[in-house]
Amino acid sequence: MMKLLNGLIGWIDARFPLISTYKAHVSEYYAPKNFNFWYFFGSLALLVLVIQIVSGIFLTMNYKPDALLAFASVEYIMRDVQWGWLLRYIHSTGASMFFVVLYLHMFRGLMYGSYRKPRELLWIIGMIIYLALMGEAFMGYLLPWGQMSFWGAQVIVNLFSSVPFIGQDLALLIRGDFVVSDTTLNRFFALHVVAIPLIVVLIVVAHVVALHEVGSNNPDGIEIKKHKDANGNPLDGIPFHPYYTVKDGLGAVGFLIIFCAIIFFAPDMGGYFLEYNNFVPANPMKTPEHIAPVWYFTPYYAILRAVPPMFGSQFPGVVAMGVATVIFFFLPWLDRGKVKSIRYRGPIYKTFLALFVISFVGLGWLGLMPATPLYTWVSRVLAVVYFAFFLLMPWYTKIDKTKPEPDRVTSK
Amino acid sequence: MTENVDRSKRRLLIAATTAAGGVAAAGAGAPFVLSLMPSERAKAAGAPVDVDVSAIEPGMMISVEWQGKPVWIVRRTKEMLDTLAKHDDKLVDPKSSVPQQPEYCNNPYRSIKPEFLVVLGVCTHLGCSPTYRPEVAPVDLGTDWPGGWFCPCHGSRFDLSARVYKGVPAPTNMIVPPHKYLSDGRILIGDDSKEAA
Repeated sequence: MMKLLNGLIGWIDARFPLISTYKAHVSEYYAPKNFNFWYFFGSLALLVLVIQIVSGIFLTMNYKPDALLAFASVEYIMRDVQWGWLLRYIHSTGASMFFVVLYLHMFRGLMYGSYRKPRELLWIIGMIIYLALMGEAFMGYLLPWGQMSFWGAQVIVNLFSSVPFIGQDLALLIRGDFVVSDTTLNRFFALHVVAIPLIVVLIVVAHVVALHEVGSNNPDGIEIKKHKDANGNPLDGIPFHPYYTVKDGLGAVGFLIIFCAIIFFAPDMGGYFLEYNNFVPANPMKTPEHIAPVWYFTPYYAILRAVPPMFGSQFPGVVAMGVATVIFFFLPWLDRGKVKSIRYRGPIYKTFLALFVISFVGLGWLGLMPATPLYTWVSRVLAVVYFAFFLLMPWYTKIDKTKPEPDRVTSK
Repeated sequence: MTENVDRSKRRLLIAATTAAGGVAAAGAGAPFVLSLMPSERAKAAGAPVDVDVSAIEPGMMISVEWQGKPVWIVRRTKEMLDTLAKHDDKLVDPKSSVPQQPEYCNNPYRSIKPEFLVVLGVCTHLGCSPTYRPEVAPVDLGTDWPGGWFCPCHGSRFDLSARVYKGVPAPTNMIVPPHKYLSDGRILIGDDSKEAA
């Protein structure tokens, strides 16, 4: 039996790089031995991607992308399709948990300087995944055709209409109609289930390939490739399999416990994962009393609201929101610090990172709240802090008093 | 053989092939992009709407659908109309100099007859539909609120002529659609041509 199997593998390997690919990416990919808790989130993001694709395929089998039928078809899935409620809650919880995992994964990068040379391109590819998933989540949110679906799409598409000169035509191109309508729903469906998932899968592959080319960073922010043994393997590296497959397996189990607890006990998460207004069918004649995007968009939404109109146009607010997302791309070149990891950074960087986290979480909370004058002013202050973290980085990372990096990785 | 290559000719041929291929690709791409624009059916769905306004109680607002968007008709009372001149300094564009209304509505009332305001119920910020708040000085909107609209999405405020206040996200006054009176109590929204309908 083993002989037959080995023969088959040999036959394939003569025609396809099976063994060498497995070795390069799994059994002989050397990762630093000092990975900690924060290194769970990359593999968890991959897990959630698979969950979303599988649950999404099964939802598509019963969902109808038609303005007259969409809302009812989602309710049909919830009530009449066997285990349909589970598929739907897996998918909706998965969307929010995707962003939980992504934000923690990105924060890990900020803490340990994982975006620094030679991992600039790895970081940029990751940011493209993040932007693509924001588009994916936004379009997916229109599909249930509830009040929040409709008015959220109305607001976001109108952002594009504020672009000078071409804005109105751009908004028409996106909607395919003069208002968000059946046409818009139908095309968002096509993009949500076909176009963007294809792109996301491709760039996730690129992300992993780029990671394995430059090698993983680690909590000490030093390169393990500097010290190699006689075989050319890093002294502080261990093969991904079995060491990290086992570790990530543990992470997956822990994550799935939380994931299932949400699905079974709090699938709408008190209105944060599924907003209450979205259980009301879309009504183009009436905006709900209070509308807010889903929580993972609210930091940027708060920045949008914080910027007052200038020269009779709301375009500056739209630009601020766009810059707030795109500015992450420039991190590798904004950071001039001598060390990568927060373990060896000085007090200034630590203070700025803490302020950044406060501003991001604070803006996220304010984006969920109604726009009162007080909240608008708090948003403005936090937005300034948000941008200061990035724009002042070339200076404060340079003057910061850093500690010497160790020669080899440390672990407790 | 290789030393006889005419490099400038090769460059020219590569450039010509690339240019021709680029034009062909753009041409082939055009139908895909254009298919995303509004269809003929969507374009045809904008017929004018005939509304009977005689039954609206003073101070009340009705909402009708025109081109898929809400159009509001408010029957303003004498007291409401009197407030309109009192807060010009707080407005972005009290004189309605930005053409957000037909020429015949360019007055402080932004209407043909002061009593009836006809306005597209879409916030000029990001397209939400603001809430009608005619009451004077409610708790949540402040003691100097003379009545108007409040947008729940981003907090924009408009007065009873749908003119935008300073310091809110919306940049301009709300749009007054073209309309005309068919008789005293009937308004046709979406058509202001002179000939009888």
